[in-house]
Amino acid sequence: MTGSKKKPILEVRGLRARVGGKEILRGLDLTIQAGEVHAIMGPNGSGKSTLANVLAGHEGYEVTGGQVMYRGKDLLSVSTEERAREGIFLAFQYPVEIPGISTAYFLRASLNSILKHRGEEEIDPIDFLTLVKKKAKLVQMDQSLLNRPVNEGFSGGEKKRNEILQMMVLEPRLAILDETDSGLDIDALKIVASGVNAMRDPERAMIVVTHYQRLLTYIVPDRVHVLSHGRIVKSGGKELALELEEKGYAWTEIDSPAPAAPTSPDVPAS
Amino acid sequence: MKSQGIDLFLSRFPAFDREVAAYGPAWLRSIRREAIARFEALGFPDSRQEAWRFTDVKPIARTAFHLVTEPASNGWDRAAVERLAFPGVEGERIVFLDGLYSPELSHHCPVPDAVRIQSLAAALKEDPEPLRPFLARHAKVEENPFVALNTAYMRDGAYIRIPRGEQIRQAIHLLFLTTAARRAVVTHPRILIVAEEGSRATVVESFAGPGDQPYFTNAVTEIVVQGNAELDHCKLQREGRGAFHIATIQAYQERDSKVLSHSISLGARLARNELNFVLDGEGSECTLNGLYMTTNRQHVDHHTLIDHARPNSTSLECYKGVLDEESRGVFHGKIVVRKDAQKTNARQSNKNLLLSEGATVHTQPQLEIYADDVKCAHGATIGQLDEDSLYYLRTRGLGPAEARTLLTYGFVRDITERIRIEPIRAKLETLVLARLRGAGRKREGR
Repeated sequence: MTGSKKKPILEVRGLRARVGGKEILRGLDLTIQAGEVHAIMGPNGSGKSTLANVLAGHEGYEVTGGQVMYRGKDLLSVSTEERAREGIFLAFQYPVEIPGISTAYFLRASLNSILKHRGEEEIDPIDFLTLVKKKAKLVQMDQSLLNRPVNEGFSGGEKKRNEILQMMVLEPRLAILDETDSGLDIDALKIVASGVNAMRDPERAMIVVTHYQRLLTYIVPDRVHVLSHGRIVKSGGKELALELEEKGYAWTEIDSPAPAAPTSPDVPAS
Repeated sequence: MKSQGIDLFLSRFPAFDREVAAYGPAWLRSIRREAIARFEALGFPDSRQEAWRFTDVKPIARTAFHLVTEPASNGWDRAAVERLAFPGVEGERIVFLDGLYSPELSHHCPVPDAVRIQSLAAALKEDPEPLRPFLARHAKVEENPFVALNTAYMRDGAYIRIPRGEQIRQAIHLLFLTTAARRAVVTHPRILIVAEEGSRATVVESFAGPGDQPYFTNAVTEIVVQGNAELDHCKLQREGRGAFHIATIQAYQERDSKVLSHSISLGARLARNELNFVLDGEGSECTLNGLYMTTNRQHVDHHTLIDHARPNSTSLECYKGVLDEESRGVFHGKIVVRKDAQKTNARQSNKNLLLSEGATVHTQPQLEIYADDVKCAHGATIGQLDEDSLYYLRTRGLGPAEARTLLTYGFVRDITERIRIEPIRAKLETLVLARLRGAGRKREGR
């Protein structure tokens, strides 16, 4: 890994979390530098979505151990909305529908809360409309959807594009994409991927959570991690995704270190 | 229920009757007298009566209300009225102070000759005969003591008559203000709307009053919509926090007529709205939308009755409630489909959002179907804000209070969006949002 002297955007050490009394994350370690795109792969139930939601601040997940540093500061003591205002963005696997509130209205409120947090002025409504229309074009989202209630009656693809649109408008420091590829046909997948690629930036890091290698053909990651039973069991370059595709997740199960192993290969032992 | 309140209403009646006899026709006098007799027989309802099971009117019965006979503005001027108006609605505005027409605060527009938009008192004095077939013909005094009381004390209000084929494009705004008098005031506004064949009109009723002191608005609106006529009716109840508001809207619809009704209830300490629609013509259609938003210890009750009396009639009803703090809501929606009313299409829904653990709502849909070829559906829900949605909004940087506000606002907009008059919709949405934001700040403060 290059730039090891840089301060990482995200440092996860020994993270343990449970939901409904069941431990899902069992000592997870992960370090991400600015400018990098990391893919997190793993079978169903391995803890991918839990990791995404713990980072975003879902109160239904109980963190029972470990530490998460975001841009050098403790993340776990910060509220969900503060995390968002500090630049963390989660693209949902299942975006919720919000009846009665248009995407444009909602997204402007969202952007303004972030701007306010930074001590900046709220965006002018006309400027906002120009901005959001420009970004909508990039993800080929029909402009009429902007004035419809958030995700209500949207197709699966439209919902996912709406997530990417929001990411583009809010310009996060750390974007987490939770199975953004699920339920997308190949055309929609390409559109979403090009949106994500357009967001690649030396100041920004991204975590792409996916079950399949398919998405990673279009969003080429810097690092690939395999999650199994709540821990990262294998890390490597982009070729790891292809290897997984070929051999299946069972391969990592066999190959994975014993559960007691202290860290993933990605993080130096502290 | 015997009480001081009843005695006062009864003992004052003879003097009132003598006083107003000078203005109105003899036939009206007998209607008033029958009504007061009926009120005496009924008394105020108590909770043993099914229709009043959840709404306790004892505080009304206990209070000695004062009847205003001379109009006084008590500081309500044009500027105060403007604040209650809808910017962009330029039509007729008739203002009533303590139940009495205020020419100073009203605003009249030129209308076609045969159109009548005037105070009820003036109509009864100048030319009462055209009202006779309609006035007190539909709102029944037999069962509802408040309708009986209103009918007995009927004096002023509005008379709107749209002649055959006439279309009034601008909304007609009736504004009933109780002024900040020293005593607890009662008003009995009476509204009669007759939309003749093929006519179209929009009528908005607003009710408002002073902040915390008790007063009592006891209103009755009678609506007659003849063949092919269309009426938009919107009621906005923004009474003061100490107010009692009891109102009946009684609509009678003939063949192929259409009514779009909105009942928006935001104010009052205790409010009861009865909306009774009789679809007595083939192909007639009514849409009843409602919204109640309550907080503190407010109590708001909606009782609706839609009577499908003829074939091929349609009713669409959607009421939503948002209840916060210790407030209570009641919704009782009855749909009757008579034996002749084949091919009736009726849909009713009542959805409630409880924002606090102390808030309660009683919802009761009721169908009575005597015809066999009908489509009827109803449903009621009571829920809280969706946790997943709150989380979603918070991951976008919105704080918990703002997220709650936005979700609640979204829930409410489902109703406000159905108001066809843009300025009214816009003003209402502004009001609602301001109120939700205020509640959010209060919640964060504790």
